[in-house]
Amino acid sequence: MDPTILAAAAINGLLLGGMYTLVASGLTLIYGVLHIINFAHGSMLMLAMFGVFYLLTKFGIDPYLSMLVMVPAMYGLGYAIYKGVIGRLSSGRDENILLITLGLSILIENIALMLFKGDSRTISVSYSDTMIELGPTLVPLPKLISFAVAMLLCAALALFIQRTDTGRAIRAVAKERVGARLVGIDVDRIFAISYGIGLATLGAAACLLMPIFYVSPTIGHVFVLVAFTVVVLGGMGSFLGAVVGGMIVGLTESFGGLFLGESLGQIGISLIFILILLLRPSGLFGARR
Amino acid sequence: MNSQLQPVPWKLHLAVLAAALAFPFVFPSNFAVNFGVLALFYAFIGQSWNMAGGFAGQLSFGHVAFFGAGAYASTILQLRFGMSPWAGLPAAALAGALVGGVIAVLSFRAGLRGSYFALITLAFAEVLRIIANSTDLTGGGLGMLIPMKAGAANFQFAERSGFYYLILLLTLLSVALAEWLRRSRFGARLAAIRENEESAMALGINVFAEKVRVMLLSGALCGVGGCFFAQYFLYIDPTIVFGVDKSVEMLLVSIIGGAGTVYGPLIGAVLLALASEGTRAITQVPGLSLVLYGALLVLIIAYLPNGLIDLFKRRPQPRKETR
Repeated sequence: MDPTILAAAAINGLLLGGMYTLVASGLTLIYGVLHIINFAHGSMLMLAMFGVFYLLTKFGIDPYLSMLVMVPAMYGLGYAIYKGVIGRLSSGRDENILLITLGLSILIENIALMLFKGDSRTISVSYSDTMIELGPTLVPLPKLISFAVAMLLCAALALFIQRTDTGRAIRAVAKERVGARLVGIDVDRIFAISYGIGLATLGAAACLLMPIFYVSPTIGHVFVLVAFTVVVLGGMGSFLGAVVGGMIVGLTESFGGLFLGESLGQIGISLIFILILLLRPSGLFGARR
Repeated sequence: MNSQLQPVPWKLHLAVLAAALAFPFVFPSNFAVNFGVLALFYAFIGQSWNMAGGFAGQLSFGHVAFFGAGAYASTILQLRFGMSPWAGLPAAALAGALVGGVIAVLSFRAGLRGSYFALITLAFAEVLRIIANSTDLTGGGLGMLIPMKAGAANFQFAERSGFYYLILLLTLLSVALAEWLRRSRFGARLAAIRENEESAMALGINVFAEKVRVMLLSGALCGVGGCFFAQYFLYIDPTIVFGVDKSVEMLLVSIIGGAGTVYGPLIGAVLLALASEGTRAITQVPGLSLVLYGALLVLIIAYLPNGLIDLFKRRPQPRKETR
C-alpha cells in the first residue's frame, strides 16, 4: 500500500487518540481513586458539550474561551453530585456506586433527549476549516489543538497528583483508605474532589471536541466504551497510560478502518479491550492489584 | 437474601396465574394485550439475567450478546435456510448458551470479577454487534425483515393473544427454573459464590464450573428471548438486538424488582412496561419512561438495596409454639 496513505492514517490515528485521551484522563483518575467505573462519564461529556454549544450560540463565547467557564462548572457539578448523590446514597459499596452512576447516566441522557430531541448539532467557528499541512496530509487546526491540549492536560494532572498536597492526599486515599483517614485526611472530601476533577477534564474535553465533532443526547455512547478501553489498556489510574492507551486505540481505529472497512474496522478496539482484560487486566502501566 | 423471604403462599400463586390467564379475555384490546406481551417479555429476559446476575452475583452488562445471538440464529435459520421458525426456539437457546459458555469460560478462566466482568461482557456484545453489522449473512446494518405469513405453524398468530400465551408459558418456565435455583443445591452453591467466592472455594465448591453452568443456563434463556423478540416484532438489526440498551433493560428489571429473588424480575418487568407504555400513551416525548426508571434505580439502590420485592416481604410470623 502507498506509504503516504499509511502515514496519513497514522497521523489521523494519533489525532483521534488525542481525543480519546482527553475523555479518558478523567475516567482513569476517578477509577484510580474511587476504584469505581464511572458509567455516567459519557453522559457528563454530553452535558458539557451542550454547555459549550449554548455558550457559543446564545452568548457568542468562543469554544476555547468557554473552557474558563466549563472547567470550573463541571468541577462544581462533579463535587456536588458526589457529595449529594453518589457518596450519600451508595452506602460505600462498590457495586452500588457502579449502579448509581449507571442510573445517573440513564437519567441525564433521557432528560437531554426530552429537552434537545435526538438531533445532532454542530457549531461553526472561523477556524473550523483551517487546515495545516502535516507531512503527507492536511489536518484541521482544531484537531491539532485538541491533541496538544490533551497531552498538556495529562502532564498537568500527573504533576498535580505528584507534587501538590491535595494530590498526595488523593494518592494516599487511592492506596489505603483507612490509613489515609488515620493520618487525618478527609476521605469523603478527597473522593468528591477526585470526582470533581474527573468531570472538570470533561469540561475541557468538551470545549476542544465541539469545534471538530457534533453533539447529541447519545454522544456519550460514541466515547464511553472507547474511553473504558483506553483506561483499562493504559492501566487504571495512570495518566501516562491514558496517553499511550489513547494512541494505541486511535491507531487501531484508523488502521482498522483502512484495512477492514468502516463497519468492521471498529472491531479492533473491542478486541483489544477483551484481550487486555483477559491477559493483563492491570493494563500497561497500572499497578498490579 | 432470598432465603430469608417467606415462601409466597400458593393461593397468591393461583390468583396471579388465573389473572394472567384471563388477562387477554378481560382486556382484549390490542393495546392491552401488547402491554401484557411486553411485560411478560421483560419478565422473561429479566429472569434470564437474574440467573447469572442475581442468583450467582455475576454482574453482566452484556447479556444482549446472548439475546442477539438467539435472535440472529433463529432468524438466519428461517430466512436463509428455510427452517420452521419453531425450530428457531431451540436453535436460539443453543446459540445463547454457546455464546454464554464461551464468554464465561474465557472470562472466568482469566479470573475476572465484579466491574471487570461487567466490562468484558459489554465488549463481547459490542464485537457481536460489529460482526452482525458487517456481514451479508446477517443483512448488515439494514437488519432482517421477517415476512408476514400468518398462521400458528409459522410462529405468527392471527391474534396477539397467541403471542401472549406463548410468552406467558416461557415466563412460567423461567419462574419455575428460578424457583428450582432457589431450592436446589446448585442454587445454594451459586449463593455461596455470590456471597464470598473464596469461602465457597474453601467449602470445596468448583467455583469456575458452577459459574460457567449458570451462564449456560442464563444464556440459553436469554437466547430464547431473542427468538421471541424477532418473531413478535418481525424485524431485527444489530443496534436493536446487540445494543447496550437491551442489556440495561434486563439488568434494570431484575435489580429494581429484586436481584436474586424468584419474583423480583416480575415486579420490575410490570413496572418497566407500565412506565414505557404508560408514558407513551400520555406524551409523545421520548425518554420520559427511562427518566423515571433511571431515577428509580438510584432510589432503589439507596433505600431498598434488595429491590422492590422488599416492600412485599412479610414480617416473620410470631411462632405459635415455643420450643
